[in-house]
Amino acid sequence: MANFDLTQIPHLEECGMLHGAFDAEALVKNSNTLREREILHNKIVPSLEDAVLRAGLKDGMTISFHHHFRNGDYIVNMVLDRLAQMGYRDLVLAASSLSECHGPLVRHIRSGVIRRIETSGLRGELADAVSHGVMECPVVFRSHGGRAYAIETEELPIDVAFLGAPSCDAYGNANGYSRDEKDGLACGSMGYAKCDAQYAKHTIILTDHIVAYPNAPFGIPESEVDYIVQVDKIGDPQGIMSGATRFTQNPKELLIAETAARVIEASGRFKDGFSLQTGTGGASLAVTRFLREMMLRDRITASFALGGITGSMVELHEEGLIKKLLDVQSFDLRAAESLKNNRFHQQISASYYASPFNEGAAVNQLDVVVLSALEVDCDYNVNVLTGSDGVIRGAIGGHPDTAYGASVSIVVCPLIRGRIPCVVDRVETVVTPGRIVDVLVTDRGIAVNPRNPDLAEMMKDAGLPVCSIEELRDRAERIVGRPDPICYTDKVVGIVTYRDGSVIDVIRQVAEDA
Amino acid sequence: MRQLRRTMLYVPGNNAGMIKDAGIYPADCIMFDLEDSVSAGEKDAARFLVYEALSTLDYPGKELVVRINDLSSRLGMDDLEAIVRTGKAVIRLPKTECAGDVLACEAQIARIEQENGIEVGSTGMMAAVESAAGVLNAKEIAVASPRLIGIALGAEDYVTDLRTNRSPEGIELLFARSMVLLAARAAGIDAIDTVYSEVNNEEGFRAEVRLIKQLGFDGKSVINPRQINPVHEIYTPTRKDIEKSLAIMEAIAEAARRGSGVAALNGKMIDKPVVERARYTLELAQAQGTLQKEEERIWQTLT
Repeated sequence: MANFDLTQIPHLEECGMLHGAFDAEALVKNSNTLREREILHNKIVPSLEDAVLRAGLKDGMTISFHHHFRNGDYIVNMVLDRLAQMGYRDLVLAASSLSECHGPLVRHIRSGVIRRIETSGLRGELADAVSHGVMECPVVFRSHGGRAYAIETEELPIDVAFLGAPSCDAYGNANGYSRDEKDGLACGSMGYAKCDAQYAKHTIILTDHIVAYPNAPFGIPESEVDYIVQVDKIGDPQGIMSGATRFTQNPKELLIAETAARVIEASGRFKDGFSLQTGTGGASLAVTRFLREMMLRDRITASFALGGITGSMVELHEEGLIKKLLDVQSFDLRAAESLKNNRFHQQISASYYASPFNEGAAVNQLDVVVLSALEVDCDYNVNVLTGSDGVIRGAIGGHPDTAYGASVSIVVCPLIRGRIPCVVDRVETVVTPGRIVDVLVTDRGIAVNPRNPDLAEMMKDAGLPVCSIEELRDRAERIVGRPDPICYTDKVVGIVTYRDGSVIDVIRQVAEDA
Repeated sequence: MRQLRRTMLYVPGNNAGMIKDAGIYPADCIMFDLEDSVSAGEKDAARFLVYEALSTLDYPGKELVVRINDLSSRLGMDDLEAIVRTGKAVIRLPKTECAGDVLACEAQIARIEQENGIEVGSTGMMAAVESAAGVLNAKEIAVASPRLIGIALGAEDYVTDLRTNRSPEGIELLFARSMVLLAARAAGIDAIDTVYSEVNNEEGFRAEVRLIKQLGFDGKSVINPRQINPVHEIYTPTRKDIEKSLAIMEAIAEAARRGSGVAALNGKMIDKPVVERARYTLELAQAQGTLQKEEERIWQTLT
């Protein structure tokens, strides 16, 4: 730059002329007011069909959805019904997760509208149909971090994202709540939708609530939104979220939670400024209650809590026991309200949360995570995806992301559910590999991964009931025996990927009863 | 070591799930109920279930108790026949009215033991008094058999008998509690207080536990595992209590070495009741595992 001759700028004589869109002839200043412009010049299109056509959706393309409306979601079924009417076929449905309410998709699978599914999990009728072989192509299961990574690297390129939003202004600033409006639905964080909006070739927001510009703060910025469709309803408030996740009163879950809290205390990570995440499930969520007592007693505060945020985490935050909340998904209304009102309650994207090759991902900053499980095996592998009948009935969620990232990962699980042992020789489906699981807490003893002998010593010194995982398996077997193996066919109905997209296990079609 | 009976967890005898899980909670005793919590149509099923559970499942470290049906009925006799044969559980006699009830049950237990090659006298008994007559006869009931390990108050039937109901303060139970406690102490057996049925009222529950501990009860029947920890917390001697008790026991041992029967600690004379209380505190602390390693060592050298 040192030799740059300011007098030698090419075409200097033409400076001052306007080009392209701002050609002097075409330049018309818009003198409309803000309110006029919101009405006259905006991204709102008259109908979903209109948005779909403008986005250029074609057969075989990939469409994406988020699961922030949980079991109250209307968006996925509504969009697929419309696309079916419009005659689309062979679509790839890439949702951040799917729930019981998505049973109607089975029809679109049978009719060929949906050719392939990518998701974190499946439940209910849809899961049942997939497990019984309704799809030609296996479903690809990804963790939340794995999905973000696949989108970022274009392993999972999204053509059109259909994202439901409880509030959106005329230009696409969308969010899971609105600071301006008192009424309306709220889902809190839009964390899983953020990656879709950022990377999809076209993003369509579906909302029942057009609010005044600027819808600040926003979860999704207008720069990532192409079209907005106003719809009557985006979901069922009851299914989207309840008032506050109630603490379990189940004594067994409380026993497991209390033991898990003692494990955290004994792990050497329970120090001022520590960080934590608790997963879903009664016992896992209840750990917060026992941690709170320990934190008050020892005057320890946490620097941040991560993940799906619940009302109980918010209470600890508002009490000053947790300094900051990083929220990829708000589990209840209490959490959504906190996101709206508390300055240090931050909405984060799935990529920020858990993308595997980002050193700074929030999961990598965790000291402890407490996670649930359907079953655990003697190599500490965890299954959160398929039930004891081999049928899909869960979601990977952030399980492998947080288990890897956290300094200590604790899996909580009853030793027996009904007549089903939960600690077994080999899990039906490996979702989280045993080498990243540190401690298993059950209602009948705890086991520490032998890869971590120091941790085992700490647990023993704290007087915790430590035994080998084989001993736990034997205890379960002594009470309920060993179940007959599940019968499968050779057909693969699900591919379970690890965080980087590599295949960690497959799910096969369950054999029909003889 | 002293058998702790701070908590006796009720488990309905017809609930397989609860029977399977009863051992995972920290209650000192588990009481499988064949009586009031089992409907008439399920009495046989419950008896078989409890018999099988006692015969096959392990409940390490727990004292097991089975509440049988009234012995005057066929059900009660069938219960006794099944449970005594397991050799695993203390028999809890419901609605005990007089010493004769205890003696009648004891005779049957002895017969069953003899018929099945079980050491005669090895099966323990508990008596529950649940009526005005039972409370008034508590003294005779408590000494009626050497098999008795404890006497319990059943308050729901008792207050009905009194034509009143239970109040938060429990004033209507004061006489019965005192009577049962005195009978237990005179007989040298344990006194177990009645259940508190408002499971979600933890404050009320804690207040009642503090009351019965102050009265002198050894423990309380609990109907939900969530009630166990509050009882144990209240019954756990504080560090201060433990340290003081150890100092007393050391002072008295030192005095004994010097050939003196009287000792003093911090200028105060230590007499026999003070020593007895200190001994009880340390026994309790030891059984609960609240003694620190060094304290455990000192206590062992003293006993």
